[in-house]
Amino acid sequence: MYAQGLIGADGKTGESPEFLEAFQKRIDAEEKIEPNDAMPEGYRKTLIRQIGQHAHSEIVGMLPEGNWITRAPSLKRKAALLAKVQDEGGHGLYLYSAAETLGVSREQMTEELHSGKAKYSSIFNYPTLTWADIGIIGWLVDGAAIMNQIPLCRCSYGPYARAMIRVCKEESFHQRQGYEIVMTLAQGTPAQREMVQDALNRWWWPVLMMFGPHDSDSQHSDQNMAWKIKRFSNDALRQKFVDATVPQGEYLGLTFPDPELKWNEEKGGYDFGPIDWDEFWRVVKGGGVMNRDRIRDRKAAWENGAWVREAALAHAEKRRQRAAEAAPIAAE
Amino acid sequence: MSGEVPLWEVFIRPRNGLSHKHVGSLHAADEVMALNAARDVYTRRGEGTSIWVVPSKAITASDPDQAAENFEPTAGKVYRHPTFYEIPDDVGHM
Ligand SMILES: [Fe+2]
Ligand SMILES: [Fe+2]
Repeated sequence: MYAQGLIGADGKTGESPEFLEAFQKRIDAEEKIEPNDAMPEGYRKTLIRQIGQHAHSEIVGMLPEGNWITRAPSLKRKAALLAKVQDEGGHGLYLYSAAETLGVSREQMTEELHSGKAKYSSIFNYPTLTWADIGIIGWLVDGAAIMNQIPLCRCSYGPYARAMIRVCKEESFHQRQGYEIVMTLAQGTPAQREMVQDALNRWWWPVLMMFGPHDSDSQHSDQNMAWKIKRFSNDALRQKFVDATVPQGEYLGLTFPDPELKWNEEKGGYDFGPIDWDEFWRVVKGGGVMNRDRIRDRKAAWENGAWVREAALAHAEKRRQRAAEAAPIAAE
Repeated sequence: MSGEVPLWEVFIRPRNGLSHKHVGSLHAADEVMALNAARDVYTRRGEGTSIWVVPSKAITASDPDQAAENFEPTAGKVYRHPTFYEIPDDVGHM
Protein backbone atom coordinates (compact mmCIF):
# COMPACT_ATOMS: atom_id res chain seq x y z
CA MET A 1 0.00 0.00 0.00
CA TYR A 2 0.44 3.27 0.11
CA ALA A 3 -2.34 5.64 1.03
CA GLN A 4 -0.83 9.01 1.46
CA GLY A 5 -2.58 12.01 2.86
CA LEU A 6 -5.59 12.31 0.61
CA ILE A 7 -5.04 14.78 -2.21
CA GLY A 8 -7.85 17.06 -3.30
CA ALA A 9 -10.79 15.56 -1.47
CA ASP A 10 -14.02 17.50 -1.61
CA GLY A 11 -16.22 16.62 1.34
CA LYS A 12 -18.95 19.13 0.44
CA THR A 13 -22.34 17.72 1.11
CA GLY A 14 -25.90 19.00 0.72
CA GLU A 15 -28.10 16.97 3.05
CA SER A 16 -30.40 18.31 5.74
CA PRO A 17 -28.91 19.03 9.17
CA GLU A 18 -31.16 16.33 10.66
CA PHE A 19 -29.85 13.71 8.26
CA LEU A 20 -26.24 14.71 8.86
CA GLU A 21 -26.73 14.69 12.59
CA ALA A 22 -28.31 11.22 12.57
CA PHE A 23 -25.43 9.97 10.42
CA GLN A 24 -22.86 11.54 12.73
CA LYS A 25 -24.52 9.83 15.69
CA ARG A 26 -24.00 6.45 14.05
CA ILE A 27 -20.35 7.30 13.40
CA ASP A 28 -19.83 8.54 16.96
CA ALA A 29 -21.30 5.29 18.27
CA GLU A 30 -18.58 3.46 16.26
CA GLU A 31 -21.23 1.87 14.07
CA LYS A 32 -19.82 0.76 10.72
CA ILE A 33 -21.44 2.15 7.59
CA GLU A 34 -22.22 -0.54 5.01
CA PRO A 35 -22.65 -0.20 1.22
CA ASN A 36 -26.42 0.27 0.92
CA ASP A 37 -26.80 2.48 3.99
CA ALA A 38 -27.88 6.07 3.57
CA MET A 39 -24.79 8.32 3.70
CA PRO A 40 -23.95 11.94 2.97
CA GLU A 41 -22.82 12.55 -0.60
CA GLY A 42 -19.60 14.10 0.70
CA TYR A 43 -18.83 10.97 2.70
CA ARG A 44 -19.38 8.81 -0.37
CA LYS A 45 -17.31 11.06 -2.63
CA THR A 46 -14.44 11.34 -0.18
CA LEU A 47 -14.30 7.58 0.23
CA ILE A 48 -14.47 6.92 -3.51
CA ARG A 49 -11.58 9.28 -4.01
CA GLN A 50 -9.52 7.98 -1.12
CA ILE A 51 -10.07 4.27 -1.78
CA GLY A 52 -9.51 4.86 -5.49
CA GLN A 53 -6.22 6.69 -4.85
CA HIS A 54 -5.21 3.95 -2.48
CA ALA A 55 -6.01 1.20 -5.04
CA HIS A 56 -4.15 3.04 -7.80
CA SER A 57 -1.16 3.40 -5.48
CA GLU A 58 -1.02 -0.35 -4.92
CA ILE A 59 -1.15 -1.03 -8.65
CA VAL A 60 1.28 1.69 -9.75
CA GLY A 61 3.46 0.67 -6.80
CA MET A 62 4.08 -2.68 -8.52
CA LEU A 63 6.08 -0.90 -11.23
CA PRO A 64 9.17 0.40 -9.39
CA GLU A 65 9.71 -2.96 -7.68
CA GLY A 66 8.75 -4.99 -10.72
CA ASN A 67 11.68 -3.24 -12.35
CA TRP A 68 14.04 -5.38 -10.22
CA ILE A 69 12.40 -8.81 -10.26
CA THR A 70 14.54 -10.14 -13.11
CA ARG A 71 17.68 -8.68 -11.56
CA ALA A 72 17.22 -9.80 -7.95
CA PRO A 73 20.58 -11.05 -6.67
CA SER A 74 19.44 -14.54 -5.63
CA LEU A 75 16.58 -16.96 -6.12
CA LYS A 76 15.45 -16.35 -2.54
CA ARG A 77 15.29 -12.59 -3.09
CA LYS A 78 13.55 -13.05 -6.41
CA ALA A 79 10.86 -15.33 -4.97
CA ALA A 80 10.26 -12.91 -2.09
CA LEU A 81 10.07 -9.86 -4.34
CA LEU A 82 7.74 -11.64 -6.75
CA ALA A 83 5.47 -12.57 -3.83
CA LYS A 84 5.54 -9.01 -2.53
CA VAL A 85 4.67 -7.49 -5.88
CA GLN A 86 1.89 -10.05 -6.30
CA ASP A 87 0.55 -9.03 -2.87
CA GLU A 88 0.44 -5.39 -4.00
CA GLY A 89 -1.63 -6.43 -7.00
CA GLY A 90 -3.97 -8.21 -4.59
CA HIS A 91 -4.17 -5.11 -2.38
CA GLY A 92 -5.19 -3.07 -5.41
CA LEU A 93 -7.95 -5.57 -6.18
CA TYR A 94 -9.33 -5.63 -2.61
CA LEU A 95 -9.44 -1.85 -2.68
CA TYR A 96 -11.01 -1.46 -6.11
CA SER A 97 -13.74 -3.85 -4.93
CA ALA A 98 -14.28 -1.78 -1.79
CA ALA A 99 -14.59 1.39 -3.90
CA GLU A 100 -17.03 -0.33 -6.24
CA THR A 101 -19.44 -0.90 -3.35
CA LEU A 102 -19.88 2.89 -3.32
CA GLY A 103 -21.23 2.94 -6.87
CA VAL A 104 -18.15 3.72 -8.96
CA SER A 105 -17.18 1.26 -11.71
CA ARG A 106 -13.79 -0.36 -12.19
CA GLU A 107 -13.71 0.99 -15.75
CA GLN A 108 -14.29 4.52 -14.52
CA MET A 109 -11.51 4.27 -11.94
CA THR A 110 -9.10 2.85 -14.51
CA GLU A 111 -9.94 5.66 -16.92
CA GLU A 112 -9.38 8.29 -14.27
CA LEU A 113 -5.96 6.86 -13.45
CA HIS A 114 -4.98 6.84 -17.11
CA SER A 115 -6.25 10.35 -17.80
CA GLY A 116 -4.41 11.73 -14.78
CA LYS A 117 -7.67 12.77 -13.10
CA ALA A 118 -7.11 10.33 -10.23
CA LYS A 119 -3.93 10.53 -8.19
CA TYR A 120 -1.75 7.84 -6.69
CA SER A 121 0.94 8.12 -4.05
CA SER A 122 3.70 10.34 -5.41
CA ILE A 123 6.38 8.11 -3.87
CA PHE A 124 6.12 5.90 -6.97
CA ASN A 125 7.22 8.71 -9.22
CA TYR A 126 10.77 8.24 -7.97
CA PRO A 127 13.02 5.79 -9.86
CA THR A 128 14.47 2.57 -8.42
CA LEU A 129 18.10 2.97 -9.43
CA THR A 130 19.84 0.17 -7.52
CA TRP A 131 19.02 -3.10 -5.76
CA ALA A 132 19.34 -1.27 -2.44
CA ASP A 133 16.25 0.75 -3.41
CA ILE A 134 14.21 -2.46 -3.16
CA GLY A 135 15.34 -2.93 0.44
CA ILE A 136 14.68 0.71 1.29
CA ILE A 137 11.22 0.60 -0.30
CA GLY A 138 10.21 -2.43 1.75
CA TRP A 139 11.58 -0.98 4.95
CA LEU A 140 10.50 2.65 4.57
CA VAL A 141 7.76 2.87 1.94
CA ASP A 142 5.89 -0.18 3.20
CA GLY A 143 6.75 0.92 6.74
CA ALA A 144 5.14 4.32 6.16
CA ALA A 145 2.22 2.59 4.51
CA ILE A 146 1.71 0.40 7.56
CA MET A 147 1.62 3.48 9.84
CA ASN A 148 -1.06 4.93 7.61
CA GLN A 149 -3.04 1.76 7.19
CA ILE A 150 -3.31 0.41 10.70
CA PRO A 151 -5.73 3.16 11.75
CA LEU A 152 -7.64 2.62 8.49
CA CYS A 153 -8.54 -0.87 9.73
CA ARG A 154 -10.95 1.00 12.04
CA CYS A 155 -12.31 3.28 9.32
CA SER A 156 -16.05 3.87 9.63
CA TYR A 157 -16.77 2.41 6.19
CA GLY A 158 -17.08 -1.36 6.58
CA PRO A 159 -15.75 -2.62 3.23
CA TYR A 160 -12.70 -0.32 3.40
CA ALA A 161 -11.94 -1.36 6.97
CA ARG A 162 -12.22 -5.05 6.06
CA ALA A 163 -9.97 -4.64 3.02
CA MET A 164 -7.41 -2.85 5.20
CA ILE A 165 -7.36 -5.68 7.73
CA ARG A 166 -6.40 -8.11 4.95
CA VAL A 167 -3.81 -5.67 3.61
CA CYS A 168 -2.23 -5.02 7.01
CA LYS A 169 -1.82 -8.74 7.66
CA GLU A 170 0.24 -8.98 4.48
CA GLU A 171 2.29 -5.80 4.83
CA SER A 172 4.45 -6.87 7.71
CA PHE A 173 6.25 -9.41 5.52
CA HIS A 174 6.93 -6.61 3.05
CA GLN A 175 8.60 -4.43 5.61
CA ARG A 176 10.64 -7.24 7.14
CA GLN A 177 11.92 -8.52 3.79
CA GLY A 178 12.96 -4.94 2.96
CA TYR A 179 14.75 -4.42 6.25
CA GLU A 180 16.54 -7.74 5.82
CA ILE A 181 17.83 -6.62 2.40
CA VAL A 182 18.99 -3.32 3.92
CA MET A 183 20.63 -5.16 6.82
CA THR A 184 22.48 -7.54 4.50
CA LEU A 185 23.85 -4.64 2.47
CA ALA A 186 24.67 -2.55 5.53
CA GLN A 187 26.73 -5.42 6.90
CA GLY A 188 28.30 -6.21 3.53
CA THR A 189 31.23 -4.80 1.56
CA PRO A 190 32.06 -1.07 1.62
CA ALA A 191 30.49 -0.78 -1.85
CA GLN A 192 27.25 -2.41 -0.64
CA ARG A 193 27.22 -0.15 2.40
CA GLU A 194 27.65 2.88 0.24
CA MET A 195 24.88 1.72 -2.07
CA VAL A 196 22.38 1.28 0.74
CA GLN A 197 23.30 4.61 2.37
CA ASP A 198 22.81 6.32 -0.99
CA ALA A 199 19.38 4.72 -1.34
CA LEU A 200 18.39 5.87 2.14
CA ASN A 201 19.58 9.39 1.33
CA ARG A 202 17.44 9.51 -1.79
CA TRP A 203 14.24 7.98 -0.30
CA TRP A 204 14.09 9.47 3.20
CA TRP A 205 12.46 12.82 2.38
CA PRO A 206 10.02 11.50 -0.24
CA VAL A 207 8.94 8.87 2.31
CA LEU A 208 8.21 11.56 4.92
CA MET A 209 6.09 13.31 2.26
CA MET A 210 3.95 10.17 1.93
CA PHE A 211 2.02 11.25 5.03
CA GLY A 212 0.75 14.27 3.15
CA PRO A 213 0.80 18.01 3.83
CA HIS A 214 1.06 19.45 7.34
CA ASP A 215 -2.18 19.45 9.30
CA SER A 216 -2.32 23.23 9.04
CA ASP A 217 -2.34 22.97 5.22
CA SER A 218 -4.47 19.93 4.77
CA GLN A 219 -7.98 20.80 3.64
CA HIS A 220 -11.03 18.78 4.70
CA SER A 221 -8.98 16.98 7.32
CA ASP A 222 -11.39 17.89 10.15
CA GLN A 223 -14.42 16.55 8.32
CA ASN A 224 -12.63 13.28 7.54
CA MET A 225 -11.67 12.91 11.18
CA ALA A 226 -15.26 13.59 12.27
CA TRP A 227 -16.51 10.94 9.85
CA LYS A 228 -13.79 8.60 11.11
CA ILE A 229 -12.48 8.01 7.62
CA LYS A 230 -9.23 9.18 9.12
CA ARG A 231 -8.20 8.58 12.72
CA PHE A 232 -4.90 10.41 13.09
CA SER A 233 -3.58 13.58 11.51
CA ASN A 234 -0.85 13.55 8.86
CA ASP A 235 1.67 15.09 11.22
CA ALA A 236 0.89 12.68 14.06
CA LEU A 237 1.45 9.67 11.79
CA ARG A 238 4.63 11.17 10.34
CA GLN A 239 6.03 11.71 13.84
CA LYS A 240 5.15 8.15 14.83
CA PHE A 241 6.92 6.86 11.74
CA VAL A 242 10.09 8.87 12.37
CA ASP A 243 10.20 7.76 16.00
CA ALA A 244 9.85 4.10 15.03
CA THR A 245 12.24 4.19 12.08
CA VAL A 246 15.27 6.19 13.16
CA PRO A 247 16.44 3.64 15.77
CA GLN A 248 16.09 0.87 13.15
CA GLY A 249 18.45 2.75 10.86
CA GLU A 250 20.88 3.62 13.61
CA TYR A 251 20.97 -0.04 14.61
CA LEU A 252 22.54 -0.71 11.20
CA GLY A 253 24.93 2.23 11.49
CA LEU A 254 23.11 4.15 8.75
CA THR A 255 22.66 7.90 8.86
CA PHE A 256 19.63 9.96 7.87
CA PRO A 257 20.04 12.88 5.45
CA ASP A 258 18.72 15.44 7.93
CA PRO A 259 21.18 17.50 10.02
CA GLU A 260 18.30 18.65 12.23
CA LEU A 261 17.22 15.15 13.16
CA LYS A 262 17.68 14.65 16.88
CA TRP A 263 15.97 13.12 19.88
CA ASN A 264 13.87 15.53 21.88
CA GLU A 265 13.64 14.21 25.41
CA GLU A 266 10.89 16.63 26.35
CA LYS A 267 8.42 15.60 23.67
CA GLY A 268 9.58 12.00 23.72
CA GLY A 269 10.15 11.98 19.98
CA TYR A 270 12.56 13.10 17.29
CA ASP A 271 12.74 16.62 15.93
CA PHE A 272 13.36 16.77 12.22
CA GLY A 273 14.08 19.37 9.57
CA PRO A 274 11.61 21.11 7.24
CA ILE A 275 10.09 19.13 4.38
CA ASP A 276 10.40 20.54 0.86
CA TRP A 277 6.72 20.87 0.00
CA ASP A 278 7.53 22.51 -3.32
CA GLU A 279 9.07 19.21 -4.37
CA PHE A 280 6.02 17.32 -3.11
CA TRP A 281 3.57 19.41 -5.13
CA ARG A 282 5.82 19.38 -8.18
CA VAL A 283 5.83 15.57 -8.15
CA VAL A 284 2.10 15.28 -7.38
CA LYS A 285 1.38 17.55 -10.35
CA GLY A 286 3.36 15.44 -12.76
CA GLY A 287 6.90 16.79 -12.45
CA GLY A 288 8.55 13.73 -10.91
CA VAL A 289 11.17 11.73 -12.75
CA MET A 290 8.84 8.78 -13.39
CA ASN A 291 5.29 10.25 -13.64
CA ARG A 292 5.12 9.88 -17.40
CA ASP A 293 6.62 6.39 -17.46
CA ARG A 294 4.25 5.11 -14.78
CA ILE A 295 1.10 6.18 -16.62
CA ARG A 296 2.54 5.08 -19.96
CA ASP A 297 3.22 1.61 -18.50
CA ARG A 298 -0.21 1.32 -16.90
CA LYS A 299 -1.91 2.35 -20.14
CA ALA A 300 0.19 -0.09 -22.15
CA ALA A 301 -0.70 -2.92 -19.75
CA TRP A 302 -4.39 -2.05 -20.07
CA GLU A 303 -4.35 -1.70 -23.84
CA ASN A 304 -2.18 -4.74 -24.48
CA GLY A 305 -4.48 -6.78 -22.26
CA ALA A 306 -7.66 -5.70 -24.06
CA TRP A 307 -7.70 -8.70 -26.40
CA VAL A 308 -7.41 -11.05 -23.43
CA ARG A 309 -10.42 -9.49 -21.69
CA GLU A 310 -12.40 -9.55 -24.94
CA ALA A 311 -11.45 -13.16 -25.66
CA ALA A 312 -12.41 -14.24 -22.14
CA LEU A 313 -15.82 -12.58 -22.46
CA ALA A 314 -16.34 -14.10 -25.92
CA HIS A 315 -15.38 -17.52 -24.61
CA ALA A 316 -17.78 -17.16 -21.67
CA GLU A 317 -20.55 -16.14 -24.07
CA LYS A 318 -19.83 -19.13 -26.34
CA ARG A 319 -19.99 -21.53 -23.40
CA ARG A 320 -23.27 -20.00 -22.27
CA GLN A 321 -24.76 -20.40 -25.74
CA ARG A 322 -23.58 -23.99 -26.07
CA ALA A 323 -25.05 -24.83 -22.68
CA ALA A 324 -28.34 -23.21 -23.72
CA GLU A 325 -28.40 -25.16 -26.99
CA ALA A 326 -27.56 -28.42 -25.25
CA ALA A 327 -30.14 -28.01 -22.50
CA PRO A 328 -33.35 -28.55 -24.57
CA ILE A 329 -31.85 -31.58 -26.28
CA ALA A 330 -30.99 -33.15 -22.96
CA ALA A 331 -34.51 -32.47 -21.76
CA GLU A 332 -36.12 -34.19 -24.74
CA MET B 1 -16.71 -6.30 -28.48
CA SER B 2 -17.59 -4.28 -25.43
CA GLY B 3 -19.18 -5.04 -22.11
CA GLU B 4 -18.04 -4.99 -18.55
CA VAL B 5 -16.43 -8.01 -16.99
CA PRO B 6 -19.00 -9.33 -14.47
CA LEU B 7 -18.59 -8.99 -10.71
CA TRP B 8 -18.47 -12.06 -8.43
CA GLU B 9 -18.70 -12.42 -4.66
CA VAL B 10 -16.14 -14.74 -3.12
CA PHE B 11 -16.78 -17.05 -0.14
CA ILE B 12 -14.08 -19.12 1.51
CA ARG B 13 -14.21 -22.02 3.96
CA PRO B 14 -11.20 -21.45 6.23
CA ARG B 15 -11.09 -25.14 7.13
CA ASN B 16 -13.41 -28.10 7.18
CA GLY B 17 -15.95 -27.83 9.94
CA LEU B 18 -16.49 -24.09 9.35
CA SER B 19 -18.92 -22.35 7.01
CA HIS B 20 -17.91 -20.51 3.87
CA LYS B 21 -17.56 -16.84 4.70
CA HIS B 22 -17.73 -13.79 2.44
CA VAL B 23 -14.23 -12.39 1.88
CA GLY B 24 -14.65 -9.91 -0.97
CA SER B 25 -15.37 -9.67 -4.65
CA LEU B 26 -13.64 -9.65 -8.02
CA HIS B 27 -14.28 -9.32 -11.74
CA ALA B 28 -14.05 -12.32 -14.08
CA ALA B 29 -15.51 -13.27 -17.45
CA ASP B 30 -16.96 -16.58 -16.24
CA GLU B 31 -17.15 -18.89 -13.24
CA VAL B 32 -13.97 -20.78 -14.16
CA MET B 33 -11.91 -17.63 -14.31
CA ALA B 34 -13.65 -16.30 -11.19
CA LEU B 35 -12.55 -19.39 -9.24
CA ASN B 36 -8.98 -19.10 -10.52
CA ALA B 37 -8.80 -15.42 -9.68
CA ALA B 38 -10.34 -16.00 -6.24
CA ARG B 39 -7.65 -18.57 -5.53
CA ASP B 40 -4.92 -16.11 -6.52
CA VAL B 41 -6.38 -13.06 -4.85
CA TYR B 42 -7.88 -14.45 -1.65
CA THR B 43 -5.93 -17.59 -0.70
CA ARG B 44 -2.24 -16.71 -0.96
CA ARG B 45 -1.53 -17.68 2.64
CA GLY B 46 -3.54 -20.73 3.50
CA GLU B 47 -6.78 -18.82 4.08
CA GLY B 48 -8.98 -21.69 3.01
CA THR B 49 -9.72 -25.17 1.74
CA SER B 50 -12.75 -24.40 -0.42
CA ILE B 51 -14.01 -21.46 -2.51
CA TRP B 52 -17.49 -20.47 -3.69
CA VAL B 53 -17.99 -17.76 -6.30
CA VAL B 54 -21.45 -16.29 -6.86
CA PRO B 55 -22.44 -13.70 -9.48
CA SER B 56 -23.00 -10.49 -7.49
CA LYS B 57 -26.19 -9.80 -9.38
CA ALA B 58 -27.64 -13.11 -8.13
CA ILE B 59 -27.67 -11.80 -4.56
CA THR B 60 -30.88 -10.30 -3.21
CA ALA B 61 -30.26 -8.17 -0.14
CA SER B 62 -32.58 -6.81 2.52
CA ASP B 63 -33.07 -3.06 2.51
CA PRO B 64 -31.01 -1.29 5.19
CA ASP B 65 -33.79 1.32 5.49
CA GLN B 66 -36.04 -1.48 6.73
CA ALA B 67 -33.50 -2.77 9.21
CA ALA B 68 -35.48 -1.36 12.14
CA GLU B 69 -38.78 -3.04 11.25
CA ASN B 70 -37.01 -6.25 10.22
CA PHE B 71 -34.74 -6.77 13.16
CA GLU B 72 -35.73 -4.63 16.10
CA PRO B 73 -38.95 -6.46 17.14
CA THR B 74 -36.83 -9.42 18.13
CA ALA B 75 -35.37 -7.41 21.00
CA GLY B 76 -38.81 -7.33 22.65
CA LYS B 77 -39.25 -11.09 22.56
CA VAL B 78 -37.33 -11.84 25.70
CA TYR B 79 -39.26 -15.08 26.23
CA ARG B 80 -37.18 -16.57 23.40
CA HIS B 81 -34.21 -16.69 25.72
CA PRO B 82 -33.63 -19.27 28.46
CA THR B 83 -32.92 -16.61 31.09
CA PHE B 84 -36.56 -15.44 30.85
CA TYR B 85 -37.71 -18.46 32.83
CA GLU B 86 -37.25 -18.62 36.59
CA ILE B 87 -36.29 -22.06 37.78
CA PRO B 88 -35.20 -22.59 41.44
CA ASP B 89 -31.48 -23.21 41.87
CA ASP B 90 -32.36 -26.38 43.76
CA VAL B 91 -33.45 -27.99 40.50
CA GLY B 92 -29.84 -27.90 39.34
CA HIS B 93 -28.42 -26.96 35.98
CA MET B 94 -30.95 -26.89 33.16
FE1 LIG C 1 0.24 -2.92 -0.35
FE1 LIG D 1 3.36 -3.59 0.66
